[in-house]
Amino acid sequence: MSHDTHHHKESFISKYIFSHDHKMIAKQYLLTAIFMGAIGITLSALFRLKLGWPDDKFPILETLLGSDAAPEGLLNSNWYLGLVTLHGTIMVFFVLTGGLSGTFSNLLIPLQVGARDMASGLLNMIAYWLFFISSALMAVSLFIETGPAMAGWTIYPPLSVLEEFQSGSGLGMTLWLLSMTFFIASSLIGGINYIVTILNLRTKGMSMTKLPLTIWAFFITAILGVLSFPVLLSCAVLLLMDRGLGTSFYMSDIIGPESGALDATGGNPILYEHLFWFLGHPEVYIILLPALGMTSEIISTCSRKPIFGYRAMIGSMLAIGFLSFIVWGHHMFLTGMNPFLGGVFTFTTLLIAIPSAVKAFNYITTIYKGNVIMTPAMLFCIGSVSTFISGGVTGIILADSALDISQHDTYFVVGHFHIVMGMTAILGMFAGIYHWFPKMYGKMMNKRMGMVHFWATIVCGYGVFIPMHFLGEGGLPRRYYENTNFPMFDHFLDLNVMISIFATVGVIAQVIFFMNFFYSIFRGPVASLNPWKSNSLEWTTPVEHVHGNWPGEIPTVHRWPYDYSKPGKEEDFVPQHIPLTDDEEEH
Amino acid sequence: MAGKVENISSEKLWGGDGSPFRISYGKQWMWMFLVSDALTFGGLLTAYGFARHQADAWPIGEETFNAMPFLGSGYPLLYVALMTFILIVSSVTMVLAVEAAHRLDKKGVTKWLLLTVVGGFFFVGSQAWEWYHFIHGTHYGSILTTEGWAVVDYVGEDLVLKFGRGVEAIGERAQELWQGAIALSGSSEPYTMQGANLIENEYAPMVPQYADFFFFITGFHGFHVFSGVVFNLIILINVVRGVYDKRGHYEMVEKVGLYWHFVDLVWVFVFTFFYLV
Repeated sequence: MSHDTHHHKESFISKYIFSHDHKMIAKQYLLTAIFMGAIGITLSALFRLKLGWPDDKFPILETLLGSDAAPEGLLNSNWYLGLVTLHGTIMVFFVLTGGLSGTFSNLLIPLQVGARDMASGLLNMIAYWLFFISSALMAVSLFIETGPAMAGWTIYPPLSVLEEFQSGSGLGMTLWLLSMTFFIASSLIGGINYIVTILNLRTKGMSMTKLPLTIWAFFITAILGVLSFPVLLSCAVLLLMDRGLGTSFYMSDIIGPESGALDATGGNPILYEHLFWFLGHPEVYIILLPALGMTSEIISTCSRKPIFGYRAMIGSMLAIGFLSFIVWGHHMFLTGMNPFLGGVFTFTTLLIAIPSAVKAFNYITTIYKGNVIMTPAMLFCIGSVSTFISGGVTGIILADSALDISQHDTYFVVGHFHIVMGMTAILGMFAGIYHWFPKMYGKMMNKRMGMVHFWATIVCGYGVFIPMHFLGEGGLPRRYYENTNFPMFDHFLDLNVMISIFATVGVIAQVIFFMNFFYSIFRGPVASLNPWKSNSLEWTTPVEHVHGNWPGEIPTVHRWPYDYSKPGKEEDFVPQHIPLTDDEEEH
Repeated sequence: MAGKVENISSEKLWGGDGSPFRISYGKQWMWMFLVSDALTFGGLLTAYGFARHQADAWPIGEETFNAMPFLGSGYPLLYVALMTFILIVSSVTMVLAVEAAHRLDKKGVTKWLLLTVVGGFFFVGSQAWEWYHFIHGTHYGSILTTEGWAVVDYVGEDLVLKFGRGVEAIGERAQELWQGAIALSGSSEPYTMQGANLIENEYAPMVPQYADFFFFITGFHGFHVFSGVVFNLIILINVVRGVYDKRGHYEMVEKVGLYWHFVDLVWVFVFTFFYLV
């Protein structure tokens, strides 16, 4: 073992760029995700301007996007769709999948299971650089003349196949598919590494039921990724063939615009939807579970109480993971699906409410009568649980194949998934950043700014997405460029203005976070060894990062990570590496 | 760095509460990769099933694939059976190579791994021949008749028109349809399609997906076999150079063995879906 702890003379390149060290790779993921996230939310603010004030001219749009996209400050319809598509793609894949899992799985798995590094440091580095190439390709697609992909983040064919349909289905879509191919390779390599590290590199005494819930969440997330991304790969490759080689896997004998009849016969776009949503639904949980896992850890630590129902938490995550593979049909109720099959998908979808409710109740009962310490991370966790519940409730309506008929593809859906998936995950990610910032950079973030950031984010988030449920109930379809041609939607105009104001303020409020984050990296107060008085192993490693994580032996684990406020102990926490005393019972 | 990776995989480092599968991280890596690869093939084969289910007609394997190299047609599925047999035999030789690897028997590993490579090469070559034949098409191709597309064949001098799903027209009826087909095309010959490409194929002229999936799935599988042959060759060279003797174990042989068995197993499914059912 001494081999690993030797101090290597490292050059700038091997330390900061092509690093094999999981802590550095985690930081690389985080910075990439923050950069992509900044693009993603800015795009949403830009298209909200169009939705809130359909006829007004915004010179800033022309400045930012160019005169093709927004002549005289009026966003054109193709580019509107392009912004929506890239906003969705970036937030779903680059921020909340690559960014969230990449950052925290990399940082926490070796530290919390007690390993020197990931199973394969080299492949870990390759996974990051594939992610980087993928991010770069996606960002570059915003700068080409014909615009980025414009077929929505789900890129349904036939819209996404032919350039004749919309300008973004040309080079923009090619870049999108290329970028996603790199992304899939990256998440497969990353995911397999996480699974293998968790299974094979745990320290002495660290049994599966002594793992922190964060690790369980990352573990199940990685399994979901390894099982679902390959199917997206098959799905995307068939689409590439249809676009490039003239096959017709997804192209049926429909009539193309201008070009008249297409050569394609016999293909079926519904096939694409099945393959896509077989990934697409587990993807929701790939996004959610890491956030929920970190929430469990932080809520327990900051309530100074053991997590309520540790095994129930694991069980419900396993159940959610399993169920997520048999519910994809609820995205396709209106594709002419057999009503009986629709009923089956309704049933399996509603079943997910059970483990989800178990988790929600466990969070609440953990906080109940706890000695709650309101750090910014804790606030974000409470916010995350709140959105998980309020967004989950509207999911019950959408899960029902009959009720879904009137809600499908309206703003109701947009409001629902942004709250339950988007906000829950992004709040969880912020919680993770505030909580583990001392571990990443050895500095503390500013608490007051964190609080302001939280309240601005959650108020604006709810302010944007709750009114969207009303828009959807009123029948306003999502993805429409403008609604002024439909008099029946005129009375929603004021509501849309309000949503746009909240969205803009919410986006600007993230500047508080960026300032806090970057200022604290350089000028923040130096962190102590265990600033949150937490039990898990990562807080036994030195503040200054060393190669191999622990300068000496890896600590042996003797207890679960949730021994908070244990009766008969002097301190209100007992870290995992402290042996049980003779008369002490395990939790 | 390479040294470091080896170090981590060594038994000594394991300190957890019972290794879950009692294997090194490298082998676990391979297993996980195979699981994900299985899902890629699963997705593709499911898509194939989906397309076939909704198609009006689908060619029968024995009719499309009935040629032997040098011997011409009339040998339904014989050649692909030979290919499959050799691929499966190469799995057996791989098992023997892995068994020899456990005994650290360098000679044995070299022999059996070499045979595996030869088998793999034969398979890839045979697939290339199959593709060539598939693209080239039958002697006479398919013609468009008033009753739809039909594959043209002759038994002795007699014209036979095959409509798929076992429906055939012979004798006078076949001649009648032939004349009708000439009338339909408006020239002196019926409208004929020969061979296969991504846009159209003679085996199922109304179903381009048949050839699309054939090329894509067997191609994707063939790419896997080809990569497998390359991996096996690299490992074989390492074995001959004594790399694993120095390392003290032949685990790499086991890892490529896992991959090779997986590729063979996938072929069983591809073979079943494209040739048998």
